[in-house]
Amino acid sequence: MIPAPFEYARPTSVDEALGLLAGSDDAKVLAGGQSLLSVLRMRLNAPELVVDIGRIDALRGIREVAGGGGAIEIGAMTPYHEILASDEIRTGLRLLHDAVAEVGDPQVRHRGTLGGSLAHADPAGDCGAVALALGAEMVIAGPGGERVVPADEFFQDLFTTAVGEDELLVAVRFPGYPGWGSRYEKFVRTAQDWPIIAVGACVRMADGKTISEARIGLTNMGPTPLRARAVEEALVGMTPTAEAVGAACAAVADGTSPPSDLNGDADYRRHLATVLARRAVLAAAGAA
Amino acid sequence: MTRIELTVDGAKVVDDVEPRLLLVQYLREQLGKTGTVIGCDTASCGACTVHLDGHSVKSCNVLAVQADGAEVTTIEGIATNGELHPLQEAFRECHALQCGFCTPGMIMQSADLLAENPHPTEAQIREGLEGNLCRCTGYQNIVRAVRYAADATSATTDGGAA
Amino acid sequence: MTTTEEAPATAEAAHDGEIGRDRRRKEDRRLITGRTRWTDNIAPPGTLHLAMVRSPYAHANISGIDTRAAAQSPNVVAVLTGADLADTQGVLANAWPITPDQVAPEHKPIAVDRVAFAGEIVAVVVARSAATAADAAELVDVDYDPLPAALDLRAAADATPENGGAIAHPGLGTNNSARWIFDSGEAGTGGNVEDAIAAARTDGIVIEREYRQQRLIPAFMEPRSVVVDPTGEQITMWSATQIPHITRFLLAATTGVPESKIRVIAPDVGGGFGGKLQTTPEEWTAFAVARRLGKPVKYTETRSESLLAAHHGRDQWQKLTLAARADGTVTGLKVELLADLGAYVALVGGGVPVLGAFMYNAIYKFPAYRFDCRTVLTNKTWTDAYRGAGRPEATFAIERLMDELAVELGRDPLEVRRQNWITHDEFPFTTVAGLTYDSGDYESATAQAVDAFGYEDLRAEQARRRTEGDPVQLGIGISTFTEMCGLAPSRVLGSLDYGAGGWEHAEIRMLPTGKVEVVTGSSAHGQGHETAFSQIVADRLGVPFEDVEVLHGDTQVAPRGLDTYGSRSLTVGGEALALAADKVVAKAKPWAAHLLEASADDVEFAHGKFTVAGTSEAKTIQEIALAAFAAHDYPEGIEPSIDAEVTFDPVNFSFPHGTHLCAVEVDTETGAVRLRKYVCVDDVGTVINPLIVAGQVHGGLAQGIAQALWEEAVYDDAGTLLTGTLADYLVPSAADLISFDTAIRSTPATSNSLGAKGVGEAGTIASTPAVVNAVVDALRPYGVHDVEMPCTPARVWRAIQDGSAS
Repeated sequence: MIPAPFEYARPTSVDEALGLLAGSDDAKVLAGGQSLLSVLRMRLNAPELVVDIGRIDALRGIREVAGGGGAIEIGAMTPYHEILASDEIRTGLRLLHDAVAEVGDPQVRHRGTLGGSLAHADPAGDCGAVALALGAEMVIAGPGGERVVPADEFFQDLFTTAVGEDELLVAVRFPGYPGWGSRYEKFVRTAQDWPIIAVGACVRMADGKTISEARIGLTNMGPTPLRARAVEEALVGMTPTAEAVGAACAAVADGTSPPSDLNGDADYRRHLATVLARRAVLAAAGAA
Repeated sequence: MTRIELTVDGAKVVDDVEPRLLLVQYLREQLGKTGTVIGCDTASCGACTVHLDGHSVKSCNVLAVQADGAEVTTIEGIATNGELHPLQEAFRECHALQCGFCTPGMIMQSADLLAENPHPTEAQIREGLEGNLCRCTGYQNIVRAVRYAADATSATTDGGAA
Repeated sequence: MTTTEEAPATAEAAHDGEIGRDRRRKEDRRLITGRTRWTDNIAPPGTLHLAMVRSPYAHANISGIDTRAAAQSPNVVAVLTGADLADTQGVLANAWPITPDQVAPEHKPIAVDRVAFAGEIVAVVVARSAATAADAAELVDVDYDPLPAALDLRAAADATPENGGAIAHPGLGTNNSARWIFDSGEAGTGGNVEDAIAAARTDGIVIEREYRQQRLIPAFMEPRSVVVDPTGEQITMWSATQIPHITRFLLAATTGVPESKIRVIAPDVGGGFGGKLQTTPEEWTAFAVARRLGKPVKYTETRSESLLAAHHGRDQWQKLTLAARADGTVTGLKVELLADLGAYVALVGGGVPVLGAFMYNAIYKFPAYRFDCRTVLTNKTWTDAYRGAGRPEATFAIERLMDELAVELGRDPLEVRRQNWITHDEFPFTTVAGLTYDSGDYESATAQAVDAFGYEDLRAEQARRRTEGDPVQLGIGISTFTEMCGLAPSRVLGSLDYGAGGWEHAEIRMLPTGKVEVVTGSSAHGQGHETAFSQIVADRLGVPFEDVEVLHGDTQVAPRGLDTYGSRSLTVGGEALALAADKVVAKAKPWAAHLLEASADDVEFAHGKFTVAGTSEAKTIQEIALAAFAAHDYPEGIEPSIDAEVTFDPVNFSFPHGTHLCAVEVDTETGAVRLRKYVCVDDVGTVINPLIVAGQVHGGLAQGIAQALWEEAVYDDAGTLLTGTLADYLVPSAADLISFDTAIRSTPATSNSLGAKGVGEAGTIASTPAVVNAVVDALRPYGVHDVEMPCTPARVWRAIQDGSAS
């Protein structure tokens, strides 16, 4: 099926894009299009204007943040396959690399972008929980200039973020995690399916023996990606045995409100989260 | 209508299209490239896979206007001078198709896979084809065909180097 | 005779290399280069495009349809409702009323005043482009008054107007369409099953189980498409169908257009699996609109429409009672079945469970059997054939029960099967269901499979994992199956009230250039008929494989035929061709004798040549074809042609069988099931092309495994299909499956001269119970004795929790 008719604009600068968004009260931003185009084809949405930001060169690329202590900035329109090809990300942001490797399929990873995925904010998307766990910062451009929103405040509800109608997510900044171990545990029914849930864990070891710091993000355990802060704190100082980590992770689903759907009910998701969190943390700690 | 200029299977084309027109619809309906087919509406099946600037994409999930300025290669453009592409030959040789509807997309994705990884393991082939559905073959002979093409290509390459 | 080679069935076949040869397919060149003729690639000049307006309600009265806005939309030519087309749209036929008193609602292509399932067509928009037709379809304003919807099969079966249950078609007063019973005691094919059960309750074993065959969607890769061109003397329909001949006949029978004025073409068809064994509302609507407007029209469904409105499959509840003696000898089986027809009785939908009725006894020789089936109407998409059609359900039931019996006995499930199966020296064997199995060798197939599988080693690993309390448990599943193929002897179909015969037609035209044109009524949609049929003809006529051209799928080119389903193409259509080839040779013989100046009795035919014993004189069949074309010099009293036609009606079904063994790893913490190993040995009779046979087995396995693990069509409480896209209806990809270890044995069938049994459905029929048996086997220590299909991680995990708790 073909989408309903729409006006189409293809700005070449962020300012031009913002101007187009400001001039329309029914515009949709087209990034890689890997989620949006299916929505339009099924006519679940029929915007008047589609603003294609695919030709704004400034939105693409991976760069080290000057004076950022190893922080990396990824342009919002950087496609997944470029992220996967980046040595800096594979070595410095392994959790992001591993999560991106699990997104969709190869064709989707050629077109889909990190910024598009985060701005779409599907709770089953792989990148949100990772951005949250890694304490990413979202650079948002608007009529009044740029602002930086921490991931904690970025995801507001189902498919809803801090990006306003007249704004654009332009980049994502990740602090560096030198020496941390990580694991993205994704649980799917079929390879291509959306995750029932996923858990991303990033762990720093002290002397290779005890956990000194942990960061855990949860995918599809609620209307937004979530961070398991209580478990992160419980892990600090722990020798990562299966028993100890398992006990700490038993509380990983506390306070979450996962969905019930064809793939499983909320109780099953809560249970899965405890298993996957334990496995992710143990693997990240090098103990699996 | 929006003016687009692109290269499809080596030929320059210029057209005015509705912005909502999908790349696959443009290929089929305006260019008559009916070798590329539409199998679903959620970018799940991969039957419409083509190469866009050298990378595999699902052409049902790309607007024609997004391909402006790009180079598109379809199943109809990979044979050279009447010689089948090694993957086309391999699919025939290994009986990697039955009804053949998924085949154009499957071959195009396999070509992308081998371009990125010329010597894939079985697991890598299976994962590399996760976005392409086939209902006939159970995938076994498709996997075999990709390995066959990989071996044939490397044999040729090795032979040339020797 | 049993060999592991592809044994030629006939003496002639043994000489030439075509039978059993792994020829690469003739079909492939166009398919791998994109030079294909899918229906959606076809558009005569001026073609108008159709978009269907479909009901979002499962059950509702239509109180009004406002088409004005749509009709005024740009590019729109017409907007037509069921009422607008009332006189010409015809009806969709049920060709298999399984009982004389079957209750069936009338099925109009476009609903007129009431819709009975979500997805039913209520109006059609005709526009100059597909895009504008879709735009305008959104503007058609339909007023619905929702009615209670019958959705749950078991509830629908019990619903009456008196008890307030929802009735799918209120005017019928019941949801029960038909009741069909086979009882071996009454049929004289065996004993009384109630007696057997009573005896087993006293001093034997009775296993009682209920199994659900979930609703499936065939999900062929090519969405259905239809083009109708009324220009000229005939109305031509191109359709992505398995059944051009049946479609032509029923178009004529239900619309009043003479059959001679209708041509139906199935060009390249992208898979079917039974899903295109249908005459569809979309075809009938396109036909009616093309006639009304006098213009070519085209409709191609979206995938969402396909999943919603193309017929679904399976959807049965099975209540089973197996009786056995304490030593494990099975003494009887009672099957009480509910089959969900959906909203209408489809082309052969009512008969699907009846096809299964003869297969519940499978390869076993127990003496008492009763099958009692009710077909039930609901407000869901209509159901019909899906790969295997009735036989997978039957095989699942008996193979699951044999495992349950083994557990009850505390014995190895293979042992229990051995104790009960028909041994190779007992063929031909007349079963308790009244069929005569002509050949088979279950012992050898099983022995070969067990060996290839490494059965004992895997059992040892299973024991170790159990002892160690490994969170990942190993399960081993067995399925020793048989099926009835080669549908079908026409007299048998007649006795079952089927609306057509089961013959197939073939024609061989010997062209003057020495090439051979072969016409078959068996129309392929991916199976490789062009290749396999070329091999058969090349083999029998001794002509080069490359010189044979197979024509099919067009009622003008191949006017007689009954199409492709039920693993019948080779055993019926292929046999018709083989016999036609024999007829060509027989017709050519007097020509050869005449030209060789010999007595016909002295002329012999082999390797494409007629020779006279004791001389070096010879005439090739091609030379005779040329001589017959010229017709300058031939014997008196015969016609100047060696072309031949044959209509073959089989005398029996064929009975492929096999042993399938599956190992799965079950992660007991998450419920995830991972395929570890799959071995199968299938006896499909004579193999014409081993490459094609292996491909059929692979694909069949994937579909059967998918039923076990992934696929299910799910409706919500309002009757809305929740699995309406391929993102929700989970067809497995390469990454979800493993490489299968498949082997073929060949005990030739006796029902055709080729010795072929058919292979199209074997993998699907056998694999589902093998996988579920493996999953359940892995979880026995957790108190699990069943997991409902599909065995999703959530269901498996829940079964472990429930089993461990009890």
